[in-house]
Amino acid sequence: MSEAKIATGSQIGRSLPRVEARAKVTGRAEYIHNLRLPGMLHAKIHRSTVPHARIRSIDTSAAKAMPGVHSVVIGDDILAVIPDPYFGPAFHDQPILALGKVRFAGEPVAVVLAEDPKIAEAAAQTISVDYEELPAVYDEVEAMTSTAYVHDELKPAGMFADLKHLAGKRDTNVALDYHLRLGDVDKAFAEADHVFEHTFRTPQQMHTPLEPHVAVADATDAQVTVHSSTQTPSTVRVEIARLLGLPENRVRVRTAFLGGGFGAKVYVKLEALAVALSLIARRPVKVALTMEEQFFTISKHGSTFRIKSAVSKDGRLTARYCEVIYNGGAYADIGPRVAQKSGFSAAGPYDIPNVAIDSYETYTNRPTAGALRGFGCPQLVWAYESHADLIARALGLDPVEFRRKNLLKDGLPQATGTVLRDTATEAVLDRVVQRIGWGQPFDRGSGTIRRGRGIAIGMKASISPTTSVATIAVAADGGATLYCGTVDMGQGSTTALAQIAAQALGIEAEAVRVVAPDTDMTPYDMGTLGSRSTFHMGNAVRRAAEEVEAKLAAMAAEAGVPAGTNLPIAEIFRRKYGMQAGTVVGSGSFVPDYVSPDHATGLTPNATPYWMTGGSGAEVEVDTETGRVRVLRLVNVADAGTPINPRIVETQLTGAAVMQLGFTMSEEMVFTDGQLRNPSFADYKIPGIRDMPGLMTGESVAARQESGPYGAKGVGETGTFAVSPAIANAIHDAVCVRITELPITAEAVYRALRHAAGDPLPED
Amino acid sequence: MSAAPRTIRFTLNGAAAECIVAPHETLVDVLRDRFALYGPRESCGQGLCGCCTVLVDGAAVSGCLYLAAFADGAEIVTVEGLADGDALHPVQEAFIEAGAFQCGFCTPGFILMTTRLLAADPNPSDEQIRHYLSGNLCRCGTYPQIMEAVKLAARKLQG
Repeated sequence: MSEAKIATGSQIGRSLPRVEARAKVTGRAEYIHNLRLPGMLHAKIHRSTVPHARIRSIDTSAAKAMPGVHSVVIGDDILAVIPDPYFGPAFHDQPILALGKVRFAGEPVAVVLAEDPKIAEAAAQTISVDYEELPAVYDEVEAMTSTAYVHDELKPAGMFADLKHLAGKRDTNVALDYHLRLGDVDKAFAEADHVFEHTFRTPQQMHTPLEPHVAVADATDAQVTVHSSTQTPSTVRVEIARLLGLPENRVRVRTAFLGGGFGAKVYVKLEALAVALSLIARRPVKVALTMEEQFFTISKHGSTFRIKSAVSKDGRLTARYCEVIYNGGAYADIGPRVAQKSGFSAAGPYDIPNVAIDSYETYTNRPTAGALRGFGCPQLVWAYESHADLIARALGLDPVEFRRKNLLKDGLPQATGTVLRDTATEAVLDRVVQRIGWGQPFDRGSGTIRRGRGIAIGMKASISPTTSVATIAVAADGGATLYCGTVDMGQGSTTALAQIAAQALGIEAEAVRVVAPDTDMTPYDMGTLGSRSTFHMGNAVRRAAEEVEAKLAAMAAEAGVPAGTNLPIAEIFRRKYGMQAGTVVGSGSFVPDYVSPDHATGLTPNATPYWMTGGSGAEVEVDTETGRVRVLRLVNVADAGTPINPRIVETQLTGAAVMQLGFTMSEEMVFTDGQLRNPSFADYKIPGIRDMPGLMTGESVAARQESGPYGAKGVGETGTFAVSPAIANAIHDAVCVRITELPITAEAVYRALRHAAGDPLPED
Repeated sequence: MSAAPRTIRFTLNGAAAECIVAPHETLVDVLRDRFALYGPRESCGQGLCGCCTVLVDGAAVSGCLYLAAFADGAEIVTVEGLADGDALHPVQEAFIEAGAFQCGFCTPGFILMTTRLLAADPNPSDEQIRHYLSGNLCRCGTYPQIMEAVKLAARKLQG
């Protein structure tokens, strides 16, 4: 027999390759994308062609008549199996298929089921819908005052207590408003030496995970099973059970490796539809989206951020006002939480005595926006760090010195009143400065090619309050199996959690098997999102391991082993059972402390169990004849606490920065009259290998989050925070123009250059 | 070509293979549906992301655009055909050692394109690597580590 090896060294800080590395390089890793079940039907969706309309009638006759079509399902058919078919984590506002109304162009209206997906697709295109079009609203600022209402009434879900006051509210597109009031902002502005105000915008963008959303449901009256590419199996189970009126244990949600998630796959996406279709067809049904369809499923919020700061003569920030308006699209999804949680940190990582924040989530007639790697934070950092540079330049201060003068340091309260603990803001800024060579001479170019450098730093709260539960079973050979709901979508959680479990059990990480999430086996976890798993699940895993350790110690004592004897685990089992037999199970749960923000002031002494800090430094080259920007160097630094697996942390950081580079330089969902014009990689350009800067680094500073497992904290989002403003600041440094709206296309830079030269293009 | 299904015969990962395909069927669908090879996978469906990369007579093609009927008589290699039993191909080893993937969905495509590159140019420049891999997208943004992996693979193959 092969026994689990006793660890010879610390499992923390080991850069071991991903547990599933071999499966991934041989093409054998499991994705739900690959799943086929016996008797399975394929579903193809017919989507609305107009952005806001009442449905007069739906003609499915041609589709039904097509050879090979099993059936056609519309919203009314769903009611037979799910009488109240509205879902959503924050608001129960989204119908499984459109009912009476469509609220964005691309909304699912009908579904064709067939054994051959090609036939289903062809038939779906023959469906025609008669619409009575309604006035629509697309822009988030207009949505605040528009009388075109996307929903008649707000329908907050029960999940979040602080949304309850919104129930039944009518004649509004504001799905959530969060307000923070610290100190006396009006007085500080009145007395200020300098006041600066700017507005920054970001466009709607998309996650584009390369494994498109997929759900396969196999539902019978007795049991519902959903195989899904979800980041949140437990919360999907809760929601499906609620929709069906079933106990949780009658619903099984399982997943495998995800081909990317980035927030696109949190909460119910296709699962409710797949379950309803399976209940109607009495067969397993696969709903697999195309890349194009993903753009109509979930996206990143576009935003408008008006930021105003009061600054003293010596460059101290004395007050800041932030008005953030998020474009949430047609359904709330998790958008209200994005508006609230990001609202906490809208004023940035600065020590400012007087702060007012108004953060709004709006409904518009666009595809829904939800979570995308940073939960609103990258939109905020884009604004407040561009703003910071503009202030510094206007006051003739060095941008780094201005930030140092105002930086929020560990031990100080952040705007919410929550004190920073184990937050290495200073170390991150110092390292960015060092890495990019700030203040050192460099080739600034000449003629039409100009170079510049910029830096930026951002900070984000974690998601709280949330629950993680883990179970560890140790077999008689000493090997451990970890049962937890954390989904590995590429971030390396399987490996990191194996290392945490191994460290706690005193065995090698290789001796820990991590089971893929399956709610029939794996206990509750709120979800793999918001960079929370290493911290929250890591802590739960550690506690589960401690319970295992205690039980093993009791078992050893019972078998007469003297205390303090360091017996291999397998030997303890042999002493107890006389042979290789038995199992020891331990479980642990973790819920961080949290205090809900005061409704009036938005203040709370405990907004988050930890803060994540990310900084970036960029060096760019601008061609003044074309406006083309090349990012020559992009250095990214994070406070990730003590990394469990340094190599994976590094890859996470560079990967997040690459993603944000796309959001900065090229990515934008372009609409005309509510119609998305570019839902394809042909026209929606994500970064390729040619877009890589010559130097691209990701690193974490020496830090330790005492409350985290072995000093660790989350890192998945951190690399995104500061990339966009670092690049815009570098462009300003190079050619003295300021870009205030993403993406920073050559056209935008060229227009700004012409404007700055007093020779704007005729249409500007 | 007639609209009727036809029988195609080809070599698949070193073994003789045969199946009946309709003219519209793509190579990636046929490899997945008839041969249960899930290494090539359709993502963008437009030949822009490289997730469905397959080698046909040594050339890398997008399996989502390449009609299966054209594979008649060809030698097809998917990522499943690279390893020799338990021994990984040096390119696969290099991708593991360099940590050159995260979610892994694009990885078979990158690995096959890398083998194609190194067959054409055993000692590629950075520019040559970027040129060959410009049609493969990695949304996890693992490009810096992929560059490293390709160079490591080149060294391994040169022994």
